[in-house]
Amino acid sequence: MNAISIQNISKNYKDTKALEDISFEVQNGQLFGLIGPDGAGKSTLFRILTTLLLADKGQAFVDGYEVVKEFREIRKRVGYMPGRFSLYQDLSVEENLSFFATIFGTTIEENYDLIRDIYVQIEPFKKRLAGNLSGGMKQKLALSCALIHKPTVLFLDEPTTGVDAVSRKEFWDMLRSLKEKNIAILVSTPYMDEAVLCDEIALIQEGRILKIDEPQSMIHQFDRPLFAVKTNDTYKLLKHLRLKPFTHSVLPFGECLHLISSERMSAADLQDQLRSEGFADVIVSKIKASIEDVFLELSHKTEGHV
Amino acid sequence: MSETKVIEVAGLTKKFGDFKAVDNISFEVEKGEIFGFLGANGAGKTTAMRMLTGLSKPSSGKGKVAGFDVLKESERIKERIGYMSQKFSLYEDLTVKENIRFYGGIYGLSRQQIQTKTSHILEELNLDQVGTKLVKSLPLGWKQRLAFAVSMVHEPEIVFLDEPTGGVDPMVRRQFWEAIYQAAELGRTIFVTTHYMDEAEYCDRISIMVAGKIKALDSPDKLKDQFEAGSMDEVFLKLAR
Repeated sequence: MNAISIQNISKNYKDTKALEDISFEVQNGQLFGLIGPDGAGKSTLFRILTTLLLADKGQAFVDGYEVVKEFREIRKRVGYMPGRFSLYQDLSVEENLSFFATIFGTTIEENYDLIRDIYVQIEPFKKRLAGNLSGGMKQKLALSCALIHKPTVLFLDEPTTGVDAVSRKEFWDMLRSLKEKNIAILVSTPYMDEAVLCDEIALIQEGRILKIDEPQSMIHQFDRPLFAVKTNDTYKLLKHLRLKPFTHSVLPFGECLHLISSERMSAADLQDQLRSEGFADVIVSKIKASIEDVFLELSHKTEGHV
Repeated sequence: MSETKVIEVAGLTKKFGDFKAVDNISFEVEKGEIFGFLGANGAGKTTAMRMLTGLSKPSSGKGKVAGFDVLKESERIKERIGYMSQKFSLYEDLTVKENIRFYGGIYGLSRQQIQTKTSHILEELNLDQVGTKLVKSLPLGWKQRLAFAVSMVHEPEIVFLDEPTGGVDPMVRRQFWEAIYQAAELGRTIFVTTHYMDEAEYCDRISIMVAGKIKALDSPDKLKDQFEAGSMDEVFLKLAR
């Protein structure tokens, strides 16, 4: 049995199609990432799966229970960390945790094992009000609260949004250790670089799934010639490359440009050509795609069809 | 003071009681530069930026922003800078044109100037068709580029972008950076704070704040060399830990 099974789920808000025919499965002990920008429909899907919102069409099962008819069973079994901060700001760290434990008819002691690695990091501040914690500490407390009743499936809606790079990294380390305890995790993020940390990912945009696969295999399947092109005058080079017949797409990517070429060519030839065209310092190298390249190329294609 | 320096601060410090939120920072930003201002949550970025934008008085130190003194001429600074953040920029329940008119008015533009600006912005961003639509009805990417254009309605020397692109579509983010490149090419200075380390790499130079101090300041390339790191993410982790 799968931890999560989603079959043809659709949801509209008035004229807006929030989700369109979404289907995928998450296995037990799997870390599954829902990767997409704001407004892609990630939170809507989370709310349907956690039985807080009804879908217009389709069916979904969590831990074997159907989200509409058996919502009570699901609520007992899942942990949910919503996108917006879910804690009581005017309760202390410890009070928040024991509050969530009590609601689920358990105690902090009973399931302490599960949260120990995370909670020890904030335990020195257990008397502090949750509202006075830093972003990274709030996030650890929220995760502890979502885990305290020993859920079988964990829903984390953008847990790392607005959190700095150090805390983000620590958070993903924690998720990997939870996975080993056989908890299924569905996590959403707008950060493309976090995709590679998942076992499997769904790229989602405007309510539709662009692709589902393991991150590494998505990267391997990217078969267009991709180059990183670097110069001091990025903007000028960008405008220059846009006019080239061989350019399939060219986009700024940090300090370089990523050029997808519609013709096979060598990095050296391209570099020579651009140097002769006035970009004396240009460096061209052939690179492997990142998940962000994959996402951009897939959304490029989708737009083409519209 | 050199004419090409748009921000020049020395020993800038802000204390709250005994706590030094910003501790003796000094740096300069050149005209037309895209300057990234990075730091973990609580490192002091916001406090520093509030001093640079004339919203908060430094406890000590000195500096000039857009040619005006941060201690004595904060009101003049406000006239010469633009500001945009993801959280606050446009009024959702005003139309596109009303937003431009509102901000133009705030910055003291004449009716004629506002009219010229409005048609210029609408044309530049291809928003002609939606000038009378409410801002809340626009896709996020359009809103963002409109907010950027509106933040420059009074042709400021510097635009402060405070976490401008959190959570947005990768394509939209790139369009936004192109708009930033374009503004910088025209000589506008761009001062950006961001959480996205990969985004830092779009900047000409980056400063990284840790516990109130600037711990590193250089081009992304040189910082990566200096810290023997493959990415800005690694540089940041090495510094912040």
